[in-house]
Formats: sequence, C-alpha cells, structure tokens
Amino acid sequence: MLATRRFPSIPLASLGFPNRFQRRNSTAAEPPPAGGHLPSIATSQILRTSRERALRTPGLSWNDDEAASSIVNVGRETRKMNVYQAVRDALSIALMKNDNAVVFGEDIAFGGVFRCTMGLAEEFGRERVFNTPLTEQGIAGFAIGMALMGHTPIAEIQFADYIFPAFDQLVNEAAKIRYRSGGQYNVGGLTIRTPTMSVGHGGLYHSQSPEGFFMGASGLKIVIPRSPIQAKGLLLSAIRDPSKTVKKLKLFVVNQNLDPVIFMEPKILYRSAVEQVPIDDYALPLGRAETLVEGSDLTLLTWGTPIYHCETALHMLADPPPALAPHVPAALRSAKIELIDLRSVLPWDAAAIAESVGRTGRLVIVHEAGMTAGVGAEIAAEVQKRCFLRLAAPVKRITGWDTPVALQYEKFYIPDAVRILDGIVQTLSY
Amino acid sequence: MASLARLRVSRRLPQLIRGIQTSADTTQLHEAPSDLSQPFTVKLHEDSFHSYLCDKPDLDVQVTKDQLLGLYKQMTTMRRMEMAADALYKAKLIRGFCHLAIGQEAVSVGLEAGITPEDRVITSYRCHPFAVLRGGSIKGVIGELLGRQIGMSNGKGGSMHIFTPSFFGGNGIVGAQVPLGAGIAFAQQYMEKDTATFTLYGDGASNQGQVFEAYNMAKLWNLPCIFVCENNKYGMGTSAERSSSNTEYFTRGDKIPGLQVNGMDIIATQQAVKWARKWAVDDKKGPLLLEFVTYRYGGHSMSDPGTTYRTREEVQRMRSTQDPIRGLQRYIEEWGLASEQELKQLDKDAKTEVDAAVEEAKASPEPLLKDLWTDIYFKGTEPPYMRGREREEVHHY
Repeated sequence: MLATRRFPSIPLASLGFPNRFQRRNSTAAEPPPAGGHLPSIATSQILRTSRERALRTPGLSWNDDEAASSIVNVGRETRKMNVYQAVRDALSIALMKNDNAVVFGEDIAFGGVFRCTMGLAEEFGRERVFNTPLTEQGIAGFAIGMALMGHTPIAEIQFADYIFPAFDQLVNEAAKIRYRSGGQYNVGGLTIRTPTMSVGHGGLYHSQSPEGFFMGASGLKIVIPRSPIQAKGLLLSAIRDPSKTVKKLKLFVVNQNLDPVIFMEPKILYRSAVEQVPIDDYALPLGRAETLVEGSDLTLLTWGTPIYHCETALHMLADPPPALAPHVPAALRSAKIELIDLRSVLPWDAAAIAESVGRTGRLVIVHEAGMTAGVGAEIAAEVQKRCFLRLAAPVKRITGWDTPVALQYEKFYIPDAVRILDGIVQTLSY
Repeated sequence: MASLARLRVSRRLPQLIRGIQTSADTTQLHEAPSDLSQPFTVKLHEDSFHSYLCDKPDLDVQVTKDQLLGLYKQMTTMRRMEMAADALYKAKLIRGFCHLAIGQEAVSVGLEAGITPEDRVITSYRCHPFAVLRGGSIKGVIGELLGRQIGMSNGKGGSMHIFTPSFFGGNGIVGAQVPLGAGIAFAQQYMEKDTATFTLYGDGASNQGQVFEAYNMAKLWNLPCIFVCENNKYGMGTSAERSSSNTEYFTRGDKIPGLQVNGMDIIATQQAVKWARKWAVDDKKGPLLLEFVTYRYGGHSMSDPGTTYRTREEVQRMRSTQDPIRGLQRYIEEWGLASEQELKQLDKDAKTEVDAAVEEAKASPEPLLKDLWTDIYFKGTEPPYMRGREREEVHHY
C-alpha cells in the first residue's frame, strides 16, 4: 500500500504515454510526433506485412508436392495473421498431415489461454486435441512416453513459468534418452510449446524467460520466434515428423528434426505482431540466426520480444528524441548497427554471431531473463574466445535484473529501448 | 511423542495381522499329475492376493512341467547374472551406480511370463532382469554395466539405461518413468493396439508427486496402463512404514482398483500379471495398480551394505524361508517334476551361460572416443561443435 502511494502509476502516463493500450511495452520517453519516428510493434519494419515480402522470407522452404517444381512463388497465398493465429495454423497443418500428432495441455481444448488452439478440438476431434489435468510434470512425462512410441505429441505448458515442475522430465528424460539408450530411442516427435517473456503485467509467475535454464541440456532444442511467419515456420520445423518429410521430399530434408524442441512463444507478441503469413505448409531452419538489419559497427543480438525494443533503439540512435539527444553523441548517430535474431537459443548459431562480431568488433546482447548465467553469458564467453583480438569493446549484456520479475515494476525490469540505446552508446564509445 | 508412538503401533497392528502372505512355498497341488506332459492344476494360498475395488484372480492355476522348469531356469539365470554384476562391481570392473534385484526375481520373471512381446514395460533403475527378459541379452546387460561397446546402449548408458524395442528402460530418476508409462499406454490406445503397458516403480517412488499425476491421467482417459509397485519394503534405507502413511500401495490409486500380490511365489505373480493384462487389454477396464510384496536381499545400491536399517537376521530369515527360487524348487521336487540332479544341472547351465556372457562382455572394447559426441542430437542436426573433456578437445560435427 505504502509503495503504491509513494510510486503511483499515474505519473507514468504524464511522462508521455499517449495511450496505455497502444504500446504497453513502449519504451518511448515522449510521445512520437504525428508522423511517428519511433516504430512500435504495430509499425515495425521487421514485420512482413505484404504478400511479396512474406514470400521472400529468408530460409523459407515449402513442404508440399509443388515445392520441387515451383522455383518462383507463383500462386502462393498469404493471409493476415498474428502470432497465435500463425501457431494455430501450424498446429492445424501438423494435425492434418500426421495422424499421430496430438495436441494437449491445460485448457487447450477450448482454445487455450492465448487462443493458440482455437477450434482445433472441433476440427480434429477430442481424441487428438484434449485438455490435461493441471499436471506439468505429468504432461511432460506423458508426452515423452508417447514420443518414445514414435508419436508426435505437441504439448503445451500454459506459461513458461510453469515449466519448472517438468524440468526434470525435460532435462533428464527428453534430453538424454537418445544418448542413454545408445541411439535406440529418441523423442524427436516431442514438441513442448510454452508462452514466455514478459506481458507487461505478468509479475513473478507469468513473465519469466526460462530459456537459460535449459542451456546445459544438450539433446534439447530451444526455439523462440519473433513474428507470425517465424512462429509458423519454426513450429512446423520443430514438430515435423522427419520420416515423412524425408520420404516424401527427398530434396527437402533440411528441416527434418529428430530432437525434442521446447518452443517458447513470446506472449506479448501473440496479438501485437501481425504479418501476412503464407497459408501453405512451409518450414524455417532450426539452429540458424537471421540478420534483420545489416551493419558494420556493432552487432546487436537478441531474440523474441526485445527485437522490437532493439528496433526502436536503432531509430532512437539515428534520430534521438530531444530528451535523449544530449546523451547520444552526434558522431555515433550514423553508426551502422547489425541486428540479429538468434531464433534458436539451443543450439545457437555461434558461427553466424562470430562472423558478424568479427566484422563489427562490438557485441551487445539483449534478453529479458536476468543477467547472471543467462543465455547472454554463454554467448559472451564464446564470442570473446572466438573474436578476442577483433573486439573493440567488451561484450555488453542488457538484460532483466537479477531479481524476480516484479509486478509493479515490470516495465523497469525488462530491457527497454532506452537501456538498449544506452548500451549501444556505451559500447560504441568505449 | 511416546503416546504418539503407541498410537501408531496400535493402528498399524491390524495391518500386520492381515498382511499379505509372502511365503514362496505355500502353493498346493490339487492331485498328483499322472502324466507330466499334461497341464495340471495347483492351488495358491488363499492369502496370495488382496484386492481393492475389484475381484481377485482365481487361486486355481493351471501349470505345466515345462513352464515351471522354464521359470526356474530364468529366475536362476537372472540371479546368477546379478551375482556376477555384484562380483564385477566388487572387483572394481563396474563403476558408478548399480542396483541389483537379487530376491525379486519372481516379479520380473513372473511379469514376462504373463505378458506378450507386444506389451510394453518401463521400470526404474533396478532393471537388469527386465532388460534381458524383454529381448535383451546377458552379455548386453553386463557389457553395459562394464561400459563396453557390446552393451545394450553401446556402453554409453550404464546400469540404469538399458532398452529393447518393447522395454523403455530403467530410469535413474525416482518415479520419473511412471508418467512416461501413461504416455506409452496412451499411444497404444490411440493406435487401437490390443496391448498394455506395465509401468513399474518401487515403494519409495510411490510417494513421488508425478506418480499420482500419472494415476490421474491414466484413470481419466482409461488407459491400458498397469502400474506395478514392486514393494521390497525399503525405499533406499527407509522402511515402507517409516516413509508411507499408507503402506498398502495397491490402494493408493484412489479410484483405480488394485491388487496386492505375494511377490515371492512365481506362480502367484504370473497369475496376477495375466489377470491384470486381461483387465486392461481384453476387458478394457483401464488402469490397475498391482503391488508385488517382495524383498531385496542386497542393499539399495552397491554402496549400501543393506544392514544398517534392518537386521541381518531379517535378511537371513527372508532368504531361508521366502526365497522365490528355493520356493519353486520345492514345488518342483515335491510335485515330482524334476529331480534334485536335474535342477542342479539347470543351476550349472545358468552359471555357464552367465560366465560366458561375462567373459564376452569383458573382452569387448570400451566405446570409441568419437562416440562421446554421438547420439546427442539427430545426426545432421547437431550444433556445429561440442566441447569435450578439456579445453583443447572440441568436436566439430
């Protein structure tokens, strides 16, 4: 009570938020001008909002019979979707093409808390799309058992924050089963979907980013998409039954995946990130980072929600709003920043990152989880080893604080555009 | 505290009195078989089964001479194998963790006798006999314990990590295999296969939360999953009475019916397994809890002498009065199915078989260094490189 009085939330609005619904995650220090020089998720250049751009998504490969013959994307349709619709679309394709695919999780039969499974139960039947009890460890174990039988379980853990009861099953069973059975068994069909990262008001148990806890679990793959196109393609790659892919399309085996995947969907992007998404079955490669903005002076590496904060920070750097202008030296404003989406956190694309940092000499890593032993720590250590003599500045990590994600101050917990801008300026002027 | 202790004792006492019969030699012959090649009927002790929310299996069991001699041979061979593992461990040839099932042979052999090759089995770390019986080999198990290429997981798993196509392994984490068993049973049901999954765990694992999660899902979806509690009376070094508020493990499934079985009489165990299989597969009645009351003669693992939490006399008494192999031996001799010499020959055969397997396993080389990095990810989807044991040792895929 005292705390609220001392730090009332009203002044936030007076700091310059035009509309609290417009950008809950906004990090703008003052309202954008009428024309808007600060992109929000809604106006992000990273999102592919036209059919043409959507079909030119790098790394996209079609998973259908026409794929081999069609070199150009003639006749490919797209539809406007947000992330939850894209996830639903991917699940629908997976269920349609693979009779052994089953979707289950807490409350998913009627659509799930984020609507990712809307209508799937009606479309594919309650035998294949069903609710489970509130039993995360059981869900994970149950799914692993199914996958051992060669099935394709697509389980949902309702929030990534709830994955901890299932941690043992995922780390000790799912990750290790191939190794400890000498290659006899695998749970490659297993996909665990779970909403992750902050939502703006999630607090301690609904806004965590637990990807770092799985970093040591070799055998698992961790994938975090940034947008609807990415979500659909990466999720299909994560789920895809490899034997069928291999048989059907001898030429297109790049996306086969026989490893269990934890697919973490940034929950604030479910509705806010909208793109034209190809309606056909396609895949995007796991384990590959994607360069979103090319540059030569600094590598800015992130994944999930912070990508959009990074984009905002880049615009702020080039054209700082008056309140921030004194803190951004004019000489740095023309710096060319390379923005990379890591996409796969485990295994991560070390070669691509090292290549980029080798060129730029500077690396800033942004993630929502706390700094200590986060994914950024691993990347920083590896990059300093590979690029030691080329580094012009220490690797900078801009992350959540090493505290629980507080409810009242969630906005100050997550690495926002101003903090990212500050990190970029510090690293450029080191 | 004192009054509490007294209260406990008085509450426990009735349980002890009507406890399950665990003698290995109380099965009676109906009438002496005139022709030993024909099946004949024997009667189990009336306290061989206790049930919860269900009937009991028939106490009259049809057996044949060949069947009983086969069970004898299997149990003897399994014990020989475990004793060989014990010796190899003490000779420091087997390192790491090793849990032996000496004394519990009637459970693994009885289970295998009551199911089909298409059924599935998953168990905890005390898994060696199951691995052999489910299509593995003795040299494969011993080789795995020794960490050799001949091992069933190519020497990369070790004692708890042995698999066959119908056996989903031992699992090192207490209770973690139980929800997996529910998932396996779901896949069987989904594929409309007339098979069941036997999910084994111990009295210690019974208190794990995920065991109850698996019970719930199995009953909710009516899965053909038989939960088999191997109650050997001690979860590591803590007796069942000291760890469990309800030691009647067959009653712990709430709405799931249960059957407690004398786990020391091989005829009772296989009868119970057949009955349970019929329950889940033929009658489609969903999950069932099967509790085998048994006893392990050794410690929990090799590092546990097994005498700090129970008396030597207790172990000695179980060995001398309730041993499953000696019990079956008595049946065979009393019923005139085979002579002492013939059984001794079976013992010798078992020893020869195990000794040969041990030698073969010992001769097998250790895994190749490159196999340190195989089977982590599916071939072709690995990360570009993985670190090895020291700084310079980096494997590039």
